[in-house]
Amino acid sequence: MTSLLVIIVLVLLGIAIWQLTKIFHLTQVGAANNDEFSEVANDRDNNVNGYLMFGFIGFIYIGTIYSLLKWGHLVLGTPASEHGPDYDNLMAISMWLIFIVQGLTQFLLHYFAFKHRGKEGNKAFYYADNDKLEFIWTIIPVIVLAGLILYGLYAWTNIMFIDQEKEDTVLVEVYAKQFSWEVRYAGPDGVLGKANVRYIEGVNTLGVDMSDPNAQDDIVATELHLPKGKQVVFKFRSQDVLHSAYFPHFRAQMNVVPGMVTEFAFVPTVNTDDMRQDEGIMKKVANINEIRSKKSAQLVAEGKTALDPYTFDYLLLCNKICGASHYNMQMKVVVEDDADFKKWLSDKETLASAVKKSKEDAAKPAEPAGQAVPVKGADSTAAAKPDSTMVAQVIKK
Amino acid sequence: MSAVGHEVHGHDDHGHDAHEHHHKDTFITKYIFSIDHKMIAKQYLITGIIMGVIGVGMSLLFRMQIAWPEESFKIFEILLGDKFAPDGVMRNDIYLALVTIHGTIMVFFVLTAGLSGTFSNLLIPLQIGARDMASGFMNMISYWLFFLSAVIMIMSLFVEAGPASAGWTIYPPLSALPQAIPGSGTGMTLWLVSMAIFIASSLMGSLNYVVTVINLRTKGMSMTRLPLTIWAFFITAVIGIVSFPVLLSAALLLIFDRSFGTSFFLSDIFIAGEVLHYQGGSPVLFEHLFWFLGHPEVYIVILPAMGLVSEIMATNSRKPIFGYRAMITSILAIAFLSTIVWGHHMFVSGMNPFLGSVFTFTTLLIAIPSAVKAFNWITTLWRGNLQLNPAMLFSIGMVSTFITGGLTGIILGDSTLDINVHDTYFVIAHFHLVMGISALYGMFAGIYHWFPKMFGRMMNKNLGYIHFWVTAVCAYGVFFPMHFIGLAGLPRRYYTNTAFPLFDDLADVNVLITLFAIVGAAFQIVFLWNFFYSIFKGKRAPQNPWRANTLEWTTPVEHIHGNWPGEIPEVYRWPYDYSKPGHDEDFVMQTVPMKEGEEVLHH
Repeated sequence: MTSLLVIIVLVLLGIAIWQLTKIFHLTQVGAANNDEFSEVANDRDNNVNGYLMFGFIGFIYIGTIYSLLKWGHLVLGTPASEHGPDYDNLMAISMWLIFIVQGLTQFLLHYFAFKHRGKEGNKAFYYADNDKLEFIWTIIPVIVLAGLILYGLYAWTNIMFIDQEKEDTVLVEVYAKQFSWEVRYAGPDGVLGKANVRYIEGVNTLGVDMSDPNAQDDIVATELHLPKGKQVVFKFRSQDVLHSAYFPHFRAQMNVVPGMVTEFAFVPTVNTDDMRQDEGIMKKVANINEIRSKKSAQLVAEGKTALDPYTFDYLLLCNKICGASHYNMQMKVVVEDDADFKKWLSDKETLASAVKKSKEDAAKPAEPAGQAVPVKGADSTAAAKPDSTMVAQVIKK
Repeated sequence: MSAVGHEVHGHDDHGHDAHEHHHKDTFITKYIFSIDHKMIAKQYLITGIIMGVIGVGMSLLFRMQIAWPEESFKIFEILLGDKFAPDGVMRNDIYLALVTIHGTIMVFFVLTAGLSGTFSNLLIPLQIGARDMASGFMNMISYWLFFLSAVIMIMSLFVEAGPASAGWTIYPPLSALPQAIPGSGTGMTLWLVSMAIFIASSLMGSLNYVVTVINLRTKGMSMTRLPLTIWAFFITAVIGIVSFPVLLSAALLLIFDRSFGTSFFLSDIFIAGEVLHYQGGSPVLFEHLFWFLGHPEVYIVILPAMGLVSEIMATNSRKPIFGYRAMITSILAIAFLSTIVWGHHMFVSGMNPFLGSVFTFTTLLIAIPSAVKAFNWITTLWRGNLQLNPAMLFSIGMVSTFITGGLTGIILGDSTLDINVHDTYFVIAHFHLVMGISALYGMFAGIYHWFPKMFGRMMNKNLGYIHFWVTAVCAYGVFFPMHFIGLAGLPRRYYTNTAFPLFDDLADVNVLITLFAIVGAAFQIVFLWNFFYSIFKGKRAPQNPWRANTLEWTTPVEHIHGNWPGEIPEVYRWPYDYSKPGHDEDFVMQTVPMKEGEEVLHH
């Protein structure tokens, strides 16, 4: 159906071009001066295109305003981390600056193109240089950018140079593989056990060195829970290719690089439940659910299963091309009060005991029911997460 | 384009005569293995255009997939075949392959070779007053290596497992391990071979340009009398010579890692159920090497466009370019800064955050010369007598998209702000406007403007106007909305966004973008028609249709090998004496001696 529409659009376009050429040719009939056949712009062309240039100012202005009204709400809303407001503030300042400069320069550019459109007999003003003017528009960007650079570097330093010794810091390892995430908490000792892909075996999918005393109380999970208001230091590891851990709602991102450990830290400030009550998020969710219910109705009519309604959750996305199913590499992130977080964590089995259990009884699942620590053989890593699409399975050989 | 026989060579005192012995050119020496820079320019242009059609066509295919995810299209079945698009539904790794090859083709084959190759070859000898390039033979080899690399790149599309699909930046380990994605097998090998040959071609071309500009300028053509086009090509070639070899070394090391088991970029990898032997390498090292070329590369793409636009804008405004020396200085400043900003692609790569601070600083500095250029262009228009030829419209369009795209660079170049927009559609919007569309506009402007020089005929202006206006609207229609979905956090290189209900509200924006892309691309057919039709049936061009000052317009319309039938003209003034007071005409060609008592009015 869509392809038919596309073809129709293309055909209509073809007709439009043909007609437009005809119109242009007809407009030329009246203008019977010498350069009519020279393919060099004459006064009429300068006029038509000059006015179109003026119209283009309108296109840019109206287009910008329309986009802001229509799509402004799509932009990420309330930040959920301590450095988030700072980030958003810097973004807002830069945006204001951009819109002002854009509005001004585009106007001048297109307005001059209209105002000074050529006319037979006119002579341009010989104006080769002016040191004062050039100095002005060198120095203004210098000053403005100096301000932006200073603010940017200040924010950058605050975000990136983290005090790891700070008390009450939660240490989490985020582990990436094609095409899923896992997390490992340091446990009561606050230290992550050593790890290397060469230790990967059975339930020990992260390659933790089980002979390291610090590793004994480490806890592995497939959902990232974070305590509200505490600094969380992330250590990122990848077992295969580059990935990027992207937490859009927390204004946080760090690449995940095989062979090295990268870091990022932030303080989550809004519980998942509170964020669900956020005005912007509520509107967004309502809008998305409307779209989904429409689509569901269509799917049901075609005899397919309907889509689930959407509830908001923080997400961790992969944002560095990592393979065929890159588009579906995600993990749910939950921010909760410290007590709930502690309870969730204490309910989890330590990796050490999971490994022990799996060694004792290979036939039995390694984790209590309801907990989705992957019970994967080592050979399933290439396509760790079953794909939801048929297409994806084609390439899985 | 015929008539080689009747030229008379003067014994110019440059002692450089590429062509002492007269022999009748055969079809092969004239059209295929030509050493005439004008023919080589045309070869570059037509190869570039063909690659451009392929590159843009690919973008339409993957845009259709992203707008109507996993739907079946007849066109996919036809173009991609049953293996890449079973039942007309594009496979997810093929989506990535299309994205990868689209990027590669557009950046290297269209906007580097197609743009700089065409116009450097055409204009450097013509505008500096030389009979040909310093080495016509090397120039010929340069083109044919480019052609070979293009053929290999196209061949890689037909590899069974699919072409390279690790993104045009081919970061290892994804690009190094066929286990990670099928395209990293033979497809990636061909990609690397193709790029290695391409780099050799580009280096030969660049060395030739630099030597020619330095040594073969005609009498009176001092460096400060060079048209800005030549300055741009010259500096572009210098950047190319500095940075392309680094990509070659990165490609070679990657080939070593892939084929000979070394560990330059790979370490501690567990994939497909086994631990690989690699130990001690670093993908971040590859990122550094890649972007050491990759960032200058975007200036390699945009500087020639800037040069063309400066020249065309002055000519059609009938006014000198404003701030000639500031324009040269900013080209130099951009060139210098472009080699020390590569780290802004890697703010969140895991490199030391302190480096991020340094690169933020250098990156935002580059905004200053860019701003100067933009303001100078706008001032050039002020109080001009604008001849709105299609080339002029594209030049104005280029300044417009360069500003729109450049401004968002303030956000992306700021390490802090980059954290959350890195690798989202915001980046796509930014670089497509600032170096993709802008460079394409520069290329179109150049084609419309120098078509009479290349083919001795005029392109149809009305088709040119239609081409410009539809393209101008569609280019913004495609890339302006992308900023919004980028700020919504939508990552690039996703086969479909349906895996995230979070992004469901972006679907209709994506449909709109795709529609604009389809319409915009469809109207490029107007250009293609105009271009190829005019080569054969266009109106005969006069010698100097745009009444321009530069030397190329003193050559006869019919091409001759050696460019000028008599002596090489001497140059007496800078190229921008348009509407100079005291002259009857509104242009004074560089070959016109200064009148008695005439003053130099520019600084």
